[in-house]
Amino acid sequence: MERAEPSVRRIPSRGAIERRHSVAVATLVPWLSVIAASMVPTLVIATALPLVPPTGFLLFLSWRLVRPGLLPVWSGLPLGLVDDLYSGQPFGFAIMSWSLAMLVLEIVERRFPWRSFAHDWLVAAIVLICYLGAGMILSGAILRPPLLVAMVPQLVLTILAVPVTARLVSFLDRLRLRRWRRA
Amino acid sequence: MSLFTGYALTVVGALLGAALILASLLRPLLFADARGIATDAISPLTGVVATMRTGVLAVADAVSGYYAAGTQNARLRREVEIARIRLAEAEAVRSENARLRSLIALRESEAPPIAITRMIGSTAASVRRFGFIGVGADQGVEPGMAVRTARGLLGRVLETGRDSARVLLLTDTESAVPVRLVTGEGTAMAQGRGDSLLRIRLINLGLNPLKRGDVFVTSGAGGYFTPGIAVAIVETVTDDGALARVISDPAVSDFVAVQPIFKPEAASALAEVEAPVAGD
Repeated sequence: MERAEPSVRRIPSRGAIERRHSVAVATLVPWLSVIAASMVPTLVIATALPLVPPTGFLLFLSWRLVRPGLLPVWSGLPLGLVDDLYSGQPFGFAIMSWSLAMLVLEIVERRFPWRSFAHDWLVAAIVLICYLGAGMILSGAILRPPLLVAMVPQLVLTILAVPVTARLVSFLDRLRLRRWRRA
Repeated sequence: MSLFTGYALTVVGALLGAALILASLLRPLLFADARGIATDAISPLTGVVATMRTGVLAVADAVSGYYAAGTQNARLRREVEIARIRLAEAEAVRSENARLRSLIALRESEAPPIAITRMIGSTAASVRRFGFIGVGADQGVEPGMAVRTARGLLGRVLETGRDSARVLLLTDTESAVPVRLVTGEGTAMAQGRGDSLLRIRLINLGLNPLKRGDVFVTSGAGGYFTPGIAVAIVETVTDDGALARVISDPAVSDFVAVQPIFKPEAASALAEVEAPVAGD
């Protein structure tokens, strides 16, 4: 008798056969992870400079870049609303900028349909620079040169954090589709 | 949902966001209630993290203390001896002070704090410098009250939730605190720069009397802050004042105290005068 198809036999993990993923978990993980990430910066005490990357937006961006199409294009509206409650920016900033980011990424994707991680990172870096710059201008803070200088460390940290959040997203994505429910 | 509807919704979202930004820049407190509820919702979590943060700092202190223990011991011994002498002198001054005060019938006006709590977080990702504390309207905290650590002034309550409040820290660009030199000559405004420093602008222009190491305390002008709370220490002298470093660092202090508004009548009267200006 023929042996079973190798690719079928290589499906990983203990007893994943006869099990399937939960639709609820698969749907909720991206949304909940972005909401949780929006709350993270409030846990850190930074009185001198804005130092922590905008983790909510970073994760949102990473979901869009790593798994395009998973978060709907309009998801910037509800997720941005939650971020606005915690970010310290004037209310509405995340709603606007997250929605705009989604539109920009759609356009970029249409123009450059091929993708590599370096390309994603570059796009993310440009989007993040615009995001933090716009955040500074629209924050209601009084704009003076020292403020510009104070922004630099956060900007660098944020751009360097992109590969980390991309990894985190792919980990969450594996978790999301884990087959643990009995079929 | 069709693709087109999705795009349309996104564009609507962006426009809605823009409208909301405009609204909240014109009226910063418009969404204070929603933010208060949101902060209250995560305050159990932030409280736990605050406790852990203090624990980690204590361990770090213990480890670094171990390495420097010997030399530090010797140094502290000498310091304690000197401090004992100074303490005795201070005691004499204090009793004399009390006698003089009773002579001119001046009462101590140090009000007890409204609440003592932990700093539970901050808006670490935003350009704005807000902090969160673990008490709110339910504990009698109101916007305008001063928040201080054991070392000095931290900021002023901006919005209150039920069990949490948002504090405008000294380092925010919108924060301006009336201060005076500890030695009493020269009043100034201490303004946040958005980086870690405060800009001290002297109110009486003339010869700049400041030098490095001068300490500023709250002057009580404006009616919000009790006079005499330490604010900043001068780092570099400039033409019209100085750049100063904030004295209290909430990241390393466990507890903060919320103090009542110094002169509520004066503060509210000033707020009424300033309101039309701020609306322009």
